[in-house]
Amino acid sequence: MVKFKNIASLVIVSACFLTTQGLASVAGAELESADIDLSNINSLQRGAANFMNYCSGCHSAKYVRYNTIGKDLGLSEEMLIDNLMFNAERTFETIQASMPSDDAAQWYGTAPPDLSLMARAKGADYIFNFLKGFYVEAESPTGVDNIVLPGTSMPHVLWELQGYQSAHIENHENDDGSVTTTFEGFEQMTPGMMDSGDYDKFVRDTVNFLAYIAEPIRGFRVVLGKWVIMYLFFFLIIAMMLKKQIWKDVK
Amino acid sequence: MARIEAEVGKSKGGFMKWIDDRFPFTETMRYHVTEYYASKNFNFWYVFGVLAFVVLFIQLFTGIFLTMNYKPSAAEAFSSVEYIMRDVEWGWLIRYMHSTGSSFFFIVVYLHMFRAMLYGSYKKPRELIWIIGMLIFIVLMAEAFAGYLLPWGQMSYWGAQVIISLFGSIPWVGDALVEIIRGDYSISDITLNRFFALHVIALPLALIGLIFVHIVALHEVGSNNPDGIEIKNNKGADGVPLDGVAFHPYHTSKDLVAIIIFLIIFCSVVFFAPDMGGYFLEHANFEPANLTATPEHIAPVWYFTPFYAILRAVPDKLWGFILFGLSVVIPLFLPWLDRSRVKSIRYRGWIYKSALSMFVVTFLVLGWLGTMPADPLYVLAARVFSVIYFAFFILMPYYTTIDKTKPVPDRVVYHG
Repeated sequence: MVKFKNIASLVIVSACFLTTQGLASVAGAELESADIDLSNINSLQRGAANFMNYCSGCHSAKYVRYNTIGKDLGLSEEMLIDNLMFNAERTFETIQASMPSDDAAQWYGTAPPDLSLMARAKGADYIFNFLKGFYVEAESPTGVDNIVLPGTSMPHVLWELQGYQSAHIENHENDDGSVTTTFEGFEQMTPGMMDSGDYDKFVRDTVNFLAYIAEPIRGFRVVLGKWVIMYLFFFLIIAMMLKKQIWKDVK
Repeated sequence: MARIEAEVGKSKGGFMKWIDDRFPFTETMRYHVTEYYASKNFNFWYVFGVLAFVVLFIQLFTGIFLTMNYKPSAAEAFSSVEYIMRDVEWGWLIRYMHSTGSSFFFIVVYLHMFRAMLYGSYKKPRELIWIIGMLIFIVLMAEAFAGYLLPWGQMSYWGAQVIISLFGSIPWVGDALVEIIRGDYSISDITLNRFFALHVIALPLALIGLIFVHIVALHEVGSNNPDGIEIKNNKGADGVPLDGVAFHPYHTSKDLVAIIIFLIIFCSVVFFAPDMGGYFLEHANFEPANLTATPEHIAPVWYFTPFYAILRAVPDKLWGFILFGLSVVIPLFLPWLDRSRVKSIRYRGWIYKSALSMFVVTFLVLGWLGTMPADPLYVLAARVFSVIYFAFFILMPYYTTIDKTKPVPDRVVYHG
């Protein structure tokens, strides 16, 4: 028993060691889990508000209709109009960015991508780490760079909330002359309006909403699927009885 | 007497007689369904032919409804797919069934082909069934490839770019051929339009025609069985094979069970994991095609990856393309490569058993390697397994000749 415990702790220690090793590589080799919950309506509602306040100025979600959000997140038409629809008149409209994308392409070098499907294309973890991954970089035109997407043209829109952080990035010269870049972690430079726990929650809610709009039907799909499978199992029993009856004379 | 003979296979009276006097309905039903006798000892491996029919039906049915809402234009294709997913009533279900169906088509067809290799179903007198089946497989690959361009996502675009450009490696005519396929100097709206035409009309017609011939050929010689015994050699006084049972109601009732089990698995994917972790719906395909940004890692959908791994294993582009084509086509020659006296693996020796096991492992490993980036280690592994893949076929005339076989019984083994 003692022996087993020792082996177990050895495994755990080496697992921790491996994880830290993984984290040390640069540019998102190891992403922190976004840990989102699509069944948490409150989180999705907060995420919707975050999205409309901070994202929709520049990013569209051109396949997503306001009334779909209202129906799925339990928001009335008045609530949609008063709280979420800043540049739309009717609830069946889709989410358009306030900023014209031609101008945006000129100002930022590239038009901000549509976010309807971003969570399916890149994964929730990627966006979670991206939104937490801005750090001060003097040479960048926006004053920041991103650990997940180096060279991004997106400025740190959420700086008021998160504050500014710097990244410890070290270059080790290997024996063969190549250089290995390792990311050692962030350090808070100026505080934001939120502490790191609140900021994580803010980003998690936002990513949760992005994951929801990437496939609004997902919740219904899973519920319906359970009924379909139950029906098929019931049908299977009948079909097996039928088969047995028909084959009973075959010797 | 002549009058009575003329009445064979016809209903005696009523509406069905009226039909049968004008169309051989009852006769056809008897010949292909109620009096088509297949061995009673069919096992698990014998359900995939029927399941391929089920998937074909799913694809045709959902395909019709997708076509009603899809727009085959570079400007609108991606958006129209999202329109289907979000705004068309039940559009999400139709689309997920179709996308899942394409992967399941290949799962079912691969297992159907493996069954033929297990029990020697391609051997005399069923060579033609096998050849037609291989043609079906090749048309199915073309159908899947054309269909994959239609959502006009990043992987649709760049996957097609990579595969179509392969034809450019053919000497002399390569560049012209690529232009003919694309209809343009790059993959464009024109390419999308013609792939749409191929996907919804030309290739499905070819597929259905070939499947019809496949079945007619099968019913002419009769189905093989897990013992590889010709059941027609042991007929009763009534002319019915002693080991055979009628397709309907015996095999149909058995197939119904298989179909429902299949649907349980199929629906589990459709409703709970339509992406299958990026294997059935690739993540990069949720971004619209971008002609200026190549994705980091271009991989074809999983069902093409074994052949893709062989393509990448060859350093020379032309030879890579030739071996890629050969790897798809080479199973067509199985009826003549296999020199064994027995059909079924049950009565073969250890050499064929080992060779077939090795082949299965090779096919799966190549499939996995085809999804991975072309790192030197993976490429090396792909080379080793490509050699094994071809060796299985090329050495077959030799090792099936020296392999010791067991005596085949006269009647099929059936435990009730």
